[in-house]
Amino acid sequence: MSARHLYVHLPFCASRCGYCDFVTVVGRSGQHDAYVDALLAELELERDALAPRLESVFLGGGTPTLTEPRSLERLLHALPQAEEVTVEANPGTVTPEFAALLRHCGVTRMSLGAQSFQPRLLEVLERRARPEDARRAFALLREAGFDNLSLDLIYGIPGQSTADLDADLAEALALEPEHLSCYELEAKPGTRFTHAHGAELERQAERMESYFERVVARLTEAGYRWYETANFCRDEARDLRSRHNLAYWRGRDYLGLGIGAVSTIEGRRWRTTPRLGRYLAALRADERPEREIEELPAPVRRSERLLLGLRLDEPLSLAGLDDAVDAGALERLERLGLVARSGDGEELALTERGRFLGGGVTAELLA
Amino acid sequence: MELERIRNFSIIAHIDHGKSTLADRILELTETVTGREMRAQVLDSMELERERGITIKAQAVRVTWKGHELNLIDTPGHVDFTYEVSRSLQACEGAVLVVDAAQGVEAQTVANAYLAIENDLEIVPVVNKIDLPSADPDATAAEIADLVGDTADHVLRISAKTGDGIAEVLDAIVERIPPPAGEPQAPARALIFDSAYDQYRGVVAFVRVVDGSFEARVPLRAMAQGTRFESEEVGFFSPTMRAAESLGAGEVGYVITGLKDVSRLRVGDTLTSERNAAAGPLPGYKDVKPMVFAGLFPTDSDDYPELRDALEKLKLNDASLFYEPETSQALGFGFRCGFLGLLHMEIVRERLEREFDLDLIVTAPNVAYRVLTKAGAEVEVHNPSEMPREVERVEEPYIKASIIVPKDFVGPVMELNTERRGRFDHMEYLSEERVLLVYELPLAEIVLDYYDQLKSRTRGYASFDYDVIGFREGKLERVDVLIAGEPVDALSLIVHRDGAYARGRMLVDRLREEIPRQFFDVPVQAAIGSRVIARETIKAKRKDVLAKCYGGDITRKRKLLEQQKKGKKRMKQVGQVEVPQEAFLAVLNLDGGKK
Repeated sequence: MSARHLYVHLPFCASRCGYCDFVTVVGRSGQHDAYVDALLAELELERDALAPRLESVFLGGGTPTLTEPRSLERLLHALPQAEEVTVEANPGTVTPEFAALLRHCGVTRMSLGAQSFQPRLLEVLERRARPEDARRAFALLREAGFDNLSLDLIYGIPGQSTADLDADLAEALALEPEHLSCYELEAKPGTRFTHAHGAELERQAERMESYFERVVARLTEAGYRWYETANFCRDEARDLRSRHNLAYWRGRDYLGLGIGAVSTIEGRRWRTTPRLGRYLAALRADERPEREIEELPAPVRRSERLLLGLRLDEPLSLAGLDDAVDAGALERLERLGLVARSGDGEELALTERGRFLGGGVTAELLA
Repeated sequence: MELERIRNFSIIAHIDHGKSTLADRILELTETVTGREMRAQVLDSMELERERGITIKAQAVRVTWKGHELNLIDTPGHVDFTYEVSRSLQACEGAVLVVDAAQGVEAQTVANAYLAIENDLEIVPVVNKIDLPSADPDATAAEIADLVGDTADHVLRISAKTGDGIAEVLDAIVERIPPPAGEPQAPARALIFDSAYDQYRGVVAFVRVVDGSFEARVPLRAMAQGTRFESEEVGFFSPTMRAAESLGAGEVGYVITGLKDVSRLRVGDTLTSERNAAAGPLPGYKDVKPMVFAGLFPTDSDDYPELRDALEKLKLNDASLFYEPETSQALGFGFRCGFLGLLHMEIVRERLEREFDLDLIVTAPNVAYRVLTKAGAEVEVHNPSEMPREVERVEEPYIKASIIVPKDFVGPVMELNTERRGRFDHMEYLSEERVLLVYELPLAEIVLDYYDQLKSRTRGYASFDYDVIGFREGKLERVDVLIAGEPVDALSLIVHRDGAYARGRMLVDRLREEIPRQFFDVPVQAAIGSRVIARETIKAKRKDVLAKCYGGDITRKRKLLEQQKKGKKRMKQVGQVEVPQEAFLAVLNLDGGKK
């Protein structure tokens, strides 16, 4: 067993944003150190699942940069080295010292959750950071020597006009990030946000239908490569795609550490308990925390290969995936110009229009 | 038993007015069923018969009261079975007419009372549920008396629930209902008023012997249909099946025929003995024809053989059910089925879904049309998509509808009937508060959501019954629906010329709502011949993605896509377009507006 990709979940946040449905923990700064201890204990327990050399490490959250600097430093030093080490950051939490510390600890890439540059929309999202925080954080990271920065944007925010969207994209582009992730706001059932804004989102759905196309058009015009459904990178000699995320989309094995983290290794997927107390207690006793296990039989793995692979702009090899593809649907979708085969029919990719409809197209393709 | 000591009667009532409860009390009081055996609503329960390996329901039960043999004959409860009801009533000399003291006379009460009067039955009027706090026995008694032309003090007042007044009902049956007339020495004749199919014994005929007598192991003949068989057993239900030496003139019971096909022994036919055949059959036999048709398609086309087998089995017990294979380009292989009416259709559909566990698409029902083509041929059309383009004349079935409403709702009901091409016949006050409206309406106008409309416009107070009165010419047009240029046979409908544009428009609007957006623009059109009368476009989807998909999202994402795929599988492919099954029902409640 050898995963070459490691995800580490740092759940702590200063406050919880209304739209968020990730596993987060607000406050409890007193437990950061204990949590890092637990992570390292878990790493020791799972060490065999990791390859000797890792390709990527990703610290996500939560707000990883909210973790006590000393705790975070201890964690980063203890984690295995990798060619790409990404840390997610909240604009409000980046200081010069912190940027330097991350750089010093071997972090190669930072992902900054800007989400929007409109104060009004940030308020709707219940984000505490202000637009200038994002700009300042970005500059600080650059000054600290980071040459691979990613920005997260959210579109489809209640009350967001086309002009608002254009302004956000312009602001983001002005910072010249190497990488951009643009997500349509998902009103996930059960979140406080959906409760407050669900009706409004439904009303504006039709008006915002064109936003995805607009995002793709603006970013590709600006020289970015639309390499995954929601991800863009500057198109230059250096490959600026997120290596860690590419691993997910290429169906590679990965190990996840921390509460609520998911791992997929050799046909088995598991999710560690999202409950902080139980997680800490188990690892204090040097025991594996509870996990929810999902076996992935071969046909399921093939379906996942298809649904993940088709998110990318590179063709997916169909070798061994015949059973996963509905041949009739494939032909029909080809006729409609939504998918295209290449390499003697051995490779498959969505066409540009197909990518905008990727969910429905993939659903139909699945046997 | 000598004729003078026999009484044959039915209980007739509007649904829920207490017919079954009264029947139970009669069985109890006459000690036909002991307390231990007594279960609520014995007549409606099949368990007793099941214990004896017989799976059919008793249609007539014999009880004894003060030295008399009383035969209680059950009648089908619904409007669609008017003919069957009339045959059951023909087997009786009297009827107990039950009316709920809180509800008063209802449309079905009127229809049944008229049927009973037409059959020259002596009516024993009864007000039931006098124990209810909301009961108004005096007003109800006055309504019934008025309906049957009797005096209010002649109306019995009972509570079947508490048992109050049941003995008086039995006494009245003996005193007021005349004994059967008949010739014990004449050649045998018996009216078949119902039949059932038992998987071990074959067709069981329920008969009322008029003349002569019937015994086991005698060659018999059904006079109208010419079906011949030997009786295997004769007997009666009391309340379970009891074999008897013979069934004599005036008596009611069963004949086990050994026949394997219920359609060979039709209700209303006359049984006679082959050896000493009667000169002629009893009057009143009719070959009942289905009037309402609909396509039944399995949701999953693999279930076609199961649907065929299920229909075959239902047909064993339901001679009036008609079906023939139908192929629809939109819905695949299925059956075009003919029913006596809407409720009959509902019953069949429910049984198919419940007893046979089938998932069905039932197309919008239509009526039978009689068509004279330009070429001069006369054809009967059971399916709108088969309506010839060039017709000389089209005739459609008409009904006489009786609607009883509180007087405040007369306006809305008249309005509804006018919208539905109704012709006012007459109106009468049943009491100060309640009005009977009689209309002639095309049957086609009631098969689509008429009941729902009637209910909603009268806040549920209307009661409704009808009778088919024949065929009449109508200015009818066939409207076709095209989805992305492809005609959808299952959505064709025949409508009156004056309503064609409005219907076409509503249909197209409904389809636009029901058909989800596709990967491309989908025009939806309604057309008469090549003339498009309404058009809408379902705009193509512009985006359909789940933005985020990282390590922790994959399972959820996969499940979402699998759900989506499953949803698609439940849709029917019309050309390139996926049409949800609900869309095929869009024509069902066009006037009902949005769901």
